[in-house]
Amino acid sequence: MRISTFFYTLKQGLRNIFRNKLFSLASIATIAACLFLFGIFYAVLANFQHIVKNAEEGVSVWVFFEEGIEDIRIQQIGDMIAKRPEVAKMEFISAQEAWEGFRDEYLGEYGDGFTENPLENSANYQVYLNDVSMQSALVTYLESIDGVRMVNRSELVATTLTGINALIAYVSVGIIAILLAVSIFLISNTVAIGISVRKEEINIMKYIGATDFFVRSPFVVEGIMIGLIGAAMPLGFIYTIYNVVLAYVTDRFPQLSSLLSFVAVGEVFHVLVPISLGLGVGIGFLGSIVTVRRHLRV
Amino acid sequence: MAVKKRRKGPVVENEIINLTNVSKAYSTGAPALKDVNLHISRGEFVFIVGDSGSGKSTLIKLLLRELTISSGYINVMGYDLSKIKHRKIPKFRRNLGIVFQDFRLLKDRNVYENVAFAQRIIQKSNKEIKKNVPSILAIVGLAGKYKAKPRQLSGGEQQRVALARALVNQPTILLADEPTGNLDPKNSWEIMKLLEQINENGTTVIVVTHNREIVNAMQKRVVTLRRGVIISDEEKGGYIDED
Ligand SMILES: Nc1ncnc2c1ncn2[C@@H]1O[C@H](COP(=O)(O)OP(=O)(O)O)[C@@H](O)[C@H]1O
Ligand SMILES: [Mg+2]
Repeated sequence: MRISTFFYTLKQGLRNIFRNKLFSLASIATIAACLFLFGIFYAVLANFQHIVKNAEEGVSVWVFFEEGIEDIRIQQIGDMIAKRPEVAKMEFISAQEAWEGFRDEYLGEYGDGFTENPLENSANYQVYLNDVSMQSALVTYLESIDGVRMVNRSELVATTLTGINALIAYVSVGIIAILLAVSIFLISNTVAIGISVRKEEINIMKYIGATDFFVRSPFVVEGIMIGLIGAAMPLGFIYTIYNVVLAYVTDRFPQLSSLLSFVAVGEVFHVLVPISLGLGVGIGFLGSIVTVRRHLRV
Repeated sequence: MAVKKRRKGPVVENEIINLTNVSKAYSTGAPALKDVNLHISRGEFVFIVGDSGSGKSTLIKLLLRELTISSGYINVMGYDLSKIKHRKIPKFRRNLGIVFQDFRLLKDRNVYENVAFAQRIIQKSNKEIKKNVPSILAIVGLAGKYKAKPRQLSGGEQQRVALARALVNQPTILLADEPTGNLDPKNSWEIMKLLEQINENGTTVIVVTHNREIVNAMQKRVVTLRRGVIISDEEKGGYIDED
């Protein structure tokens, strides 16, 4: 394609958008809404996953042994657990350590009155998992090992985290899918109107010997530009909101922000910008190409 | 030029248009053209005349390959138009210039842009456009009005713009469907004189018209249609009245 043809096509595409302001605006607004929601969901999800990831690192399972177990058996059990793929890290806590930890945390100086270890049977392995969702499989396995008396786990945390994670993902995918469909529909209508407005011009073009590609490309350009504008607007918006919210939370709830670590805005946008722009272009291209193929059967 | 696989009709020297036993029926009504035989040589000037509804525009549309024939054989500039592939049609049309009764200019663009439009479509460079458009506007006598919008021009001027647009790509054949239908006698004559001048420069010109006076005065080949049938085809012919 010639450079001049490229610019001509670009100019005609822009012209279409301006001639057809109302529909162009409606399309841009819908795409913007769609990608705005997408961006918000993505930002929330990214942070949520970040937080879950941090939390997961603290999720552990405690393995207690039967009374009177020999040290050698404890060692064997330890080797068996260490071989499991779900296990990120494990630690042996002797009865003495368990008691000291308990005493220091909950009893303070009152604990000094004890001369014997009241938690004689509390030696255990503290096992850290790679992923919360692997917990139940591991627990089943651990319970089946000979010499294991009891396995404790943080059930609630595990299931809640995975549950919320999935819920957010489903809801956002659902809403975004609906908005995507609406966007494509609106773009396709915008382009269809543009085509009907320019019917006469298109006819003249065909008489003069314009190729299908030449006749169609301004409309595809129109769709892609609408998609791009629709994608760029929410990105700017989300960038601002994100920074404001982060600053607010850090400022107002310092304890919370030390507990929950947020993802830096740059990191979120590193992913969000290409995906949003890609979606915008994709929506615009799809919406216009479908219509152009249907209405401009040259 | 495509190799002619089959030859239809009589051998005509320098033939550029060959219609042999062509019929065209629309989905409704009687056939618009019936068993038409028409052979035109390169460089000819031909008037197509006949009453309203006699099939003149249908004939032009067949030559443009806007419509396809129902039966027979049609070859224009070596293209077998009932076999031409869809994607070859633009290339075929680039050798044609077309003018209509209603001008069909782009109302939102000025004279210069309307003519340049034809060059942009066939992807000429800006450099060529800047050279070709003013020279063609000078030929049709509109050099001074290149900035005007169509609505600021008279009918005659608008038709000149349309003519300039049809000519700027240097067509082999110029097809004009009632180009003077909306013009007064003076402007009609001026447009016809331009068409004659274009023909003298080598372009084959086919003009559909109702203008009896001009047809009779110009002494060109005249093909007369009546109800879809060619009833007369004369060198240096005249306008035949309906009986
Ligand atoms: N698109 C169409 N569909 C059906 N019939 C048509 C169509 N166009 C033209 N006709 C008919 O074909 C005949 C020839 O029309 P046309 O070629 O336009 O005549 P002319 O240009 O000589 O006035 C007429 O009877 C007309 O009604
Ligand atoms: Mg007609």
